Amino acid sequence: MADMGHTAGLGIEIRHLFKIFGGRAKAHVEDVRAGMTKAELLARTGHVLGLRDINISMPAAGIQVIMGLSGSGKSTLIRHINRLIEPTAGEVIVGGTDVVRMSDRALREFRRHQTAMVFQKFALLPHRTVLDNTVYGLEVQGLPRAKQVDAAMRWIERVGLKGFEARYPNQLSGGMQQRVGLARALANDAPILLMDEAYSALDPLIRTDMQTVLLDIQKEIRKTIVFITHDLDEALRLGDRIAILRDGEVIQQGTPQDILLRPADAYIANFVKEVNRGRVIEVRSVMTPLAEGPLASDAIPADTTLEAAAEAINRGDADAIDVVDADGRRIGRISLRQIVAAMVTPATHGNVPQPGGAVGGAGDEPPAEPLLETVAKTAVRAQAG
Amino acid sequence: MDWLFSFPHMPDDTLRVVKKSIDDGFRSFTRAYGDSIEALFSPLQSFLIWAERLLTQTPWPVVLIAFAAIAWLASRSWKITAGTVLTLLLIGYFDMWTDTMRTVSMIFVCTVIAIVVGIPLGILMARSDRLRASVNPILDVMQTMPSFVYLIPVVMLLGIGRVPGVIAVVIYAIPPMIRLTDLGIRLVDRDTLEAADAFGSSNWQKLWKVQLPLALPTIMAGINQTIMMALAMVVIASMIGVQGLGQPVLKAIANQYFTLGVFNGLAIVGIAIIFDRVSQAYGRRLQKYREAAHG
Repeated sequence: MADMGHTAGLGIEIRHLFKIFGGRAKAHVEDVRAGMTKAELLARTGHVLGLRDINISMPAAGIQVIMGLSGSGKSTLIRHINRLIEPTAGEVIVGGTDVVRMSDRALREFRRHQTAMVFQKFALLPHRTVLDNTVYGLEVQGLPRAKQVDAAMRWIERVGLKGFEARYPNQLSGGMQQRVGLARALANDAPILLMDEAYSALDPLIRTDMQTVLLDIQKEIRKTIVFITHDLDEALRLGDRIAILRDGEVIQQGTPQDILLRPADAYIANFVKEVNRGRVIEVRSVMTPLAEGPLASDAIPADTTLEAAAEAINRGDADAIDVVDADGRRIGRISLRQIVAAMVTPATHGNVPQPGGAVGGAGDEPPAEPLLETVAKTAVRAQAG
Repeated sequence: MDWLFSFPHMPDDTLRVVKKSIDDGFRSFTRAYGDSIEALFSPLQSFLIWAERLLTQTPWPVVLIAFAAIAWLASRSWKITAGTVLTLLLIGYFDMWTDTMRTVSMIFVCTVIAIVVGIPLGILMARSDRLRASVNPILDVMQTMPSFVYLIPVVMLLGIGRVPGVIAVVIYAIPPMIRLTDLGIRLVDRDTLEAADAFGSSNWQKLWKVQLPLALPTIMAGINQTIMMALAMVVIASMIGVQGLGQPVLKAIANQYFTLGVFNGLAIVGIAIIFDRVSQAYGRRLQKYREAAHG
């Protein structure tokens, strides 16, 4: 599989992107820039505000999740990256080039070689077999058939569809159809992979399975993946970074740890309170940092989840455990009390003073508030609710 | 109160002048350009003659085997193939072989013309709403105008014979071809087209690899309709000199030969059923990928 993952990552830079749907969209950009709301725009001009001033910097070779409920503009946003939708204003910079300014021919070349896309409703070609669907991107590029089949067969095997090459999409289950969609996108070997609610139509179990497939493959191919979802658990599991969209605006972006520990507003706090925090938050986000010390004998790595850390502590005698970095040097210490504090949902988003949307380094966070205080607040909240 | 019971119409003299000047205008147009227009259609004439000779001058067993082979390849059904052979044998036994072959050759030429003209036009209509809006009324006129009416200018221009007959038949039979091509392409799933776009397909690639293959079953229905409508025109076309099964029917009408009329009529019905079953079976085979849905 060594020759599959050689495409160097390409970062994506979205700057001041606006999208207004309607006949005279350009004429209303200035009003929206000046602060006209979505409702006002609709009432006064009949135009629909799709995206407002989107600024996201997606690093190369990482998974950027864009999360939002239906109508938040997330599917509109991902379609701006390969310009399936024309923006009203703004820039989409990929590898130093502005996609928005590309000519039709340049755009076609860009879509053929730099991006590949997986769709919510699979969008396979029903009249083609699994194999012929998988080669589609390469066929469009004009590669010789033997090479097309070669690449396609390897990816069909990689996504677990070996033996199904001659079937038609109609003969496959939803999960298998999306595997074809994934194989088709991966066979393209483009540095950017766009996944538009790729797993939303799948059963929960199959969805988890496909998430694992994606994470496994990503370890080999290191592509820049943009993943759209409305499911927070999926976002937290897959995302290196997450941007949350509401009504066409980014309301918070950062790492999964940032989003969970410091929700920018009540809306997001409400979202994250259902999450099993023990399985997502890592000890480095809540531990008490210590000056680098000597090698600790009984210690856990910094990216251990709280749940696993609690288990580790329970196995020992003490009520705290040392945290070590990748090289085994002690960088902090975490207590059961801190773990419990972090696992309990914060009562409000303002518990820890943090500017919304800021991306904090993982190690420099203040220690979590005392447990009793949290418990008290939770109790008050429970009564009030 | 006269005007209430008799519609106030254009003065008789004026009306006569209008009709006469249109007639004269068309007649002088015919005299001036008739020959060059006829020359324009001479390739069509040669195509017609070639097709007719192919079917009438080839030994009948060869033609029969060829028909059976086509029926088998298209339908993969023994029933349809056997039905085809049996029908043709009966037609031959009742001494209608040559007339039937002439009719079949003309239907074949008409269908080819309808496909060659109709599919590209349908594709263009699917791409442009404006073109569709302007072509649709023309198609409506072509389908509803009594065919005798447009036989008149065609005969004036090209005289009597095969070519004007084919033109009249094509005018009558092409609308479903155009309409169903347009419809088939418009019905292609938007998500599928978006995926084709996302992989950087050019318009041409999109047409060949996605739109036409997915529209093909609908287009096949259009071809089927066109063949059926062309067959319905056989008798009318024979009035302007097209040879085939229509002429004996015409003779039977004029002389009240009941049996002659019924035999030839049944022969037309027979080949219509053959064409219909074979082309429909082929259309169904094209959609095989839709079957065997995952349960």
